[in-house]
Amino acid sequence: MKKRLVDFISRFYFILIMIFLYAPILVMVALSFNDSRSRVVWGGFTLRWYGTLFSNRQIREALLMTVGLALLSSFIALIIGGAAAFGIHAMRRKGYVVMMGITNIPLLNADIVTGISLMLWFIRFIPLGFNSVLIAHVTFNIPYIILALLPKIEQMNRSIYEASRDLGASAARGFFTMILPQLAGGIISGFFMAVTMSMDDFMITYFTKGAGVNTLSTMIYGEIRKGIKPEMYALSTVIFAVVFVILLIVNFSPANKKAGNKREGMI
Amino acid sequence: MKKKLLLPMLAVPLALAACGGNGGETRTLTVFNYSEYMDPEVIEMFTEETGIEIKYEEALTPEDMYTKYKAGGISYDLLCTSDYMLNRLISEGEAQEVDFSSFEYGGNIGQRYWDFAAEYDPGNKYTLPYFWGTVGILYDTTKVHGPIDSWEVLFNGEYAGDIIMQNSVMDSYIVALKYLGYSINTTDRDEIQAAQDLLISQKPDVAAYLVDEARDEVVAGNAAMAVVYSGEAYLGREYNPNLDYVIPKEGTEIWLDSWMVTKNCKDTDAAKQFLDFLCREDVAAMNFEYIYYSTPNEAVLESLSDEERSDPALAPDPDATDNCEVCIQNDAATTELLNELWKELRAN
Amino acid sequence: MDRNRRRQLLALPYVAWSILFTLIPLFVILRYAMVDKEGHFTVSYIFAFLSSVNAKAFLISLEIAVICTVICVLLAYPLVMVVRRLKISRMSFMLFFLIMPMWMNFILRMLALQMILSSNGILNMLLGFLGFPPLQIANTNTAVIIGVVYDYLPFMMLPIFNTISDIGEDVLEAARDLGAGPFTVFRRVILPMSLPGLKSGITIVFVPSMTSFVIADILGGGKIQLIGNIIEQEFTRSSNWNLGSGLSVSLMLFMLISMTFTIKDEILTKRPAEEISEEEKAEPRVVGDGVSRRTVL
Repeated sequence: MKKRLVDFISRFYFILIMIFLYAPILVMVALSFNDSRSRVVWGGFTLRWYGTLFSNRQIREALLMTVGLALLSSFIALIIGGAAAFGIHAMRRKGYVVMMGITNIPLLNADIVTGISLMLWFIRFIPLGFNSVLIAHVTFNIPYIILALLPKIEQMNRSIYEASRDLGASAARGFFTMILPQLAGGIISGFFMAVTMSMDDFMITYFTKGAGVNTLSTMIYGEIRKGIKPEMYALSTVIFAVVFVILLIVNFSPANKKAGNKREGMI
Repeated sequence: MKKKLLLPMLAVPLALAACGGNGGETRTLTVFNYSEYMDPEVIEMFTEETGIEIKYEEALTPEDMYTKYKAGGISYDLLCTSDYMLNRLISEGEAQEVDFSSFEYGGNIGQRYWDFAAEYDPGNKYTLPYFWGTVGILYDTTKVHGPIDSWEVLFNGEYAGDIIMQNSVMDSYIVALKYLGYSINTTDRDEIQAAQDLLISQKPDVAAYLVDEARDEVVAGNAAMAVVYSGEAYLGREYNPNLDYVIPKEGTEIWLDSWMVTKNCKDTDAAKQFLDFLCREDVAAMNFEYIYYSTPNEAVLESLSDEERSDPALAPDPDATDNCEVCIQNDAATTELLNELWKELRAN
Repeated sequence: MDRNRRRQLLALPYVAWSILFTLIPLFVILRYAMVDKEGHFTVSYIFAFLSSVNAKAFLISLEIAVICTVICVLLAYPLVMVVRRLKISRMSFMLFFLIMPMWMNFILRMLALQMILSSNGILNMLLGFLGFPPLQIANTNTAVIIGVVYDYLPFMMLPIFNTISDIGEDVLEAARDLGAGPFTVFRRVILPMSLPGLKSGITIVFVPSMTSFVIADILGGGKIQLIGNIIEQEFTRSSNWNLGSGLSVSLMLFMLISMTFTIKDEILTKRPAEEISEEEKAEPRVVGDGVSRRTVL
């Protein structure tokens, strides 16, 4: 009885939070079907924004740029930040404090400060373009990786790794079979946070980008004054639907049900 | 599975970056403009007609533009920005002189607008007017009682809690200064302080200080009136026919966005060709249809309907702008004072 | 000992990267902060946060950041526990659901939130439909707090979830068998295990919420002036980079110092790593290892 009550409250709470998180998303989905260029006027139902979306070259290019930049910068950040997290963990007090301080700097600075200071520094040795944006994104992504990984490394059970070494496994094999699986959660959530931050960033991208490099963020910010183009809502809805469907397929595919412990692959 | 997905996605931006670099021997212009301030088709048309490639970059505010331009990381050839910022750039020697009388379509720009531009560009040596407008009140006719024709409605408490002001330094102070009967380009500390006192006393009545969302709030009926740019007002009325726009009788700011050729521009012929192209009637009409701000292009104006031509949000006639001024504020001490007062106002 | 030193070398690429792209740009800002417009040395910009307007913005930011962080923590823990309660096999699925909204563009989400909260907005429409009086949320501090919490909740939840997802059900079972009530289980098992995650979460939420000026402008109707608004204004409209840099630097110093103190406390009790006995370190998980690796995120 009591268990059922707790279950009920749990579900209720979960649903409440879901409503909170999804209400704005539903508004965006609704706006993608709105037959009006203004977000605050309902002009009837239409599908035409989906049509114009797919014929819009600029949006397509910006989408590719955004996704590519987010994945690439997060991936580089994962390599550098992941190694760094191990290194920092092994440090003694002074090194640890200094490194964590440095790690916090990109989080501490207002975006505009980071953006302008990077721009002023970049123009001394590389032209503003894709590469400068990439470096900037890697720079602000690394802290998220470190902050996600460090707690996992602190929790990690090193003795099984050492045991595997004692039993004759190579360092690499020991790492991949014993250490990495323990860190999977941290790696994925760090990568996720980095991708999110990279996709959302406007200020830093704006100041470090060159002419012709456009992300969805820079496009959307440019549209605010005249009204966000409905195509953007359509695009968001499409992205959302695609991720959602992939998620459902992976979660309910028979192969996945059998191999419950293989779910690292799902994301 | 994840790895397979990742690799092609990683390759895309690299490929994009790679093909961005080699321009060959084609002529290129790097153009810096506000966002959504030119029909993309115009750019394609220009390249088609002349073979000159356009590298196009956008900015949100004059200050963003100035920062990025001055940093020098990108060598811009042409930029379009606002009156007071052009004043600053010209006085810093960033602009190149251009003989606009040699333009084939330069005559399309009316004398009235060259006169506006002369406020910050005496003799019209550096800048070419692009779009202009006023700052006024956008209001919901169903929510007001009595005529709206003066800035007074913002300050007399009648519409307390229903007013939206601009969240920007200059656009707030010009309202107060004009209401008090002062010049918007004043450097007199007492006058500015009087404006400040007025704005502070008004603050409890203000529902919100917004920039980009001001128009939508009135359209949505969340507020009765907002201080907006005329171009925004035009758009607002498209969405909500109950709205109206007025240039208050005390006068207001005339804002004027113009093009200048930067001192770094090497291919000035191409730059002039581009500017001339923008003045051509069909091109100016395309941009007008895209942006719907007031155009200084008289060839386009003549093609408008009578109704549009008498619309204060689109083409205010000279009488309505009699006591209006172009903002050329460029005095460092005044700018600093205004910024300090603005922070104080917002903290209040 | 030697191996430990070798492991530290793994941080080298990051050290190089952060010198190049974090510290040098920081010195650029520092230089602006320490000179006046004519280029003479001054510390007045570093101490500019003491002026009444700036100090006020600083305190409001601090207040909002504290409130938002506390709310995020209070919402995140039950949420994480609920997700844990749901069948293990569904865990990462559910978690993904909670995170997916973050992949929509920030500004679009904030505008949508504004449409929900505004006086003629969706929320008030629903309330009116149900016969309740309308709420005045738009353009207030409450709206800003809702916006910040909305934006950062997943960033609090992820690291916490990360650290406690590995606690096996059997560990909790054991604790309960030994007579611990739910509260004791939480306080004695879950909370201590999640501390490193909580700390990461607080860093990620607290710090940026002090400078999230876009949320303050859109949802707060520009009536709330955070320190982030001022810094942004100094860099843009005022073109006073010296003051903007000075404020940034003092904000950074304030945060770094307060963080160093918290890190230090923890380190004094925990470091050096080698001195903690392996048993002690591995204790909670020896029991829990059976299920631990089944979960992601």
